[in-house]
Amino acid sequence: MNERYQLNKNLAQMLKGGVIMDVTSAAEAKIAEEAGACAVMALERVPADIRKDGGVARASDPKMIKEIQAAVSIPVMAKVRIGHFVEAQILEALEVDYIDESEVLTPADPTLHINKKNFKTPFVCGAKNLGEALRRISEGASMIRTKGEPGTGDVIEAVRHMRLMTSEINRIKSLDKNALYHAAKELMVPIELLTYVHENGSLPVVNFAAGGVATPADAAMMMQLGCDGVFVGSGIFKSGDPRKRAAAIVKAVTHYQDAVILAEISEDLGEPMVGINVYEISAKDRMSERGY
Amino acid sequence: MLTIGILALQGAFIEHSMPIERLGHLSKEIKQPKDLEGIDGIILPGGESTTISRLLDSTGLRVPIQNLLTAGLPCMGTCAGMILLAKSIEADSVPTLGMMNIEVKRNAYGRQLGSFTRMEVVEKISDAPIPLVFIRAPYVIKVAETVEVLHRVDQHIVAVKEQNLLALAFHPELTDDLTFHKYFIEMIQQN
Repeated sequence: MNERYQLNKNLAQMLKGGVIMDVTSAAEAKIAEEAGACAVMALERVPADIRKDGGVARASDPKMIKEIQAAVSIPVMAKVRIGHFVEAQILEALEVDYIDESEVLTPADPTLHINKKNFKTPFVCGAKNLGEALRRISEGASMIRTKGEPGTGDVIEAVRHMRLMTSEINRIKSLDKNALYHAAKELMVPIELLTYVHENGSLPVVNFAAGGVATPADAAMMMQLGCDGVFVGSGIFKSGDPRKRAAAIVKAVTHYQDAVILAEISEDLGEPMVGINVYEISAKDRMSERGY
Repeated sequence: MLTIGILALQGAFIEHSMPIERLGHLSKEIKQPKDLEGIDGIILPGGESTTISRLLDSTGLRVPIQNLLTAGLPCMGTCAGMILLAKSIEADSVPTLGMMNIEVKRNAYGRQLGSFTRMEVVEKISDAPIPLVFIRAPYVIKVAETVEVLHRVDQHIVAVKEQNLLALAFHPELTDDLTFHKYFIEMIQQN
């Protein structure tokens, strides 16, 4: 395996047990860092606003990303549209620490994701199931996250994606080695990656939860379901008291198995983001349906 | 058999339990002050030092760990762990444990594109070249006379020891090589 890819997988390992927060300005990035975020995701609008505003959502203004890079010492990630390799080239030139090829933005290619092997900068990609995850990894992603349904504050899709991933991994693990070729054909993934899953019972990269996490309890639930860490998008800065909620979600990810601590930190957090029930969004407007 | 505590607030803490167990010892996750009971040594893992520092306060672990290290408990810090052990951090206000007489520069090699791997002989510890993995790594820019410099990469100090404390800018837990964990276990056994 090439050394750069290994280093990129290693950076994701350093983020484990942590919370990556969406921020739209240097001031929000400072709040996130002070609350204990292990990284920030720089973007112009959080998913809830992208959903509300409609139109085409694109990569952020480099000026804003640079301001956030200057404001914090933790890793800075930023999003590009699915398949938009030039937006990714621009983020690489800015030396962002991780690129999120994200279904939150409007897809730029009708059939292809970015060939991430052409880049030195690491990529994280969303996945609803094992097939998507392994296809993204085969394209060069060094970190995976559930897609969930971004900008809703409704955790049900993230739970669905994580449970599905776990049950598919368990199924692959229990298969006869000779049956892997058929499973690889069904899932449309390379046999080498599927063999890794069969032998190790896990993805070859770190897997975070994302899409709909709004409370410390949501974050802890995703951790108990087996995620390595959590992305929180709209859930923090669309809530009544972002500072307090951000710090509480950070603690929830550390103490995800300790209900006494979870009860303490869930107290008096102010208003959560309002939220939209995922099933009130028509299938064509669901961001998790984007990607191939 | 020794019991090695691994600070498990955020970061790559599970990665340290594997080499400890491969060497035939027990590892124990430290998330609260009561977890510190009965450990023979402690590892401060890689992760984000600002995050771990925040959680040291909210968990009430900062002072009990400082007390144990002052009393001589052996400790190995890797990457973020090195930052937490340092008394001084260049141009940064992250509150550390302040235990070692070193000054550390955070993100000294720049952002992720500056991360790298080296195969080097660490003369004071091993005869064979071992892999050193640097991820958004720090290095040491100043040491007191009481600090032993164990290794430099391109003139920069990346491994130091002061009495019961060992600090590494790189990540032995991300490789299959057990040299540094073995060295730390020997430090505990000679303690």
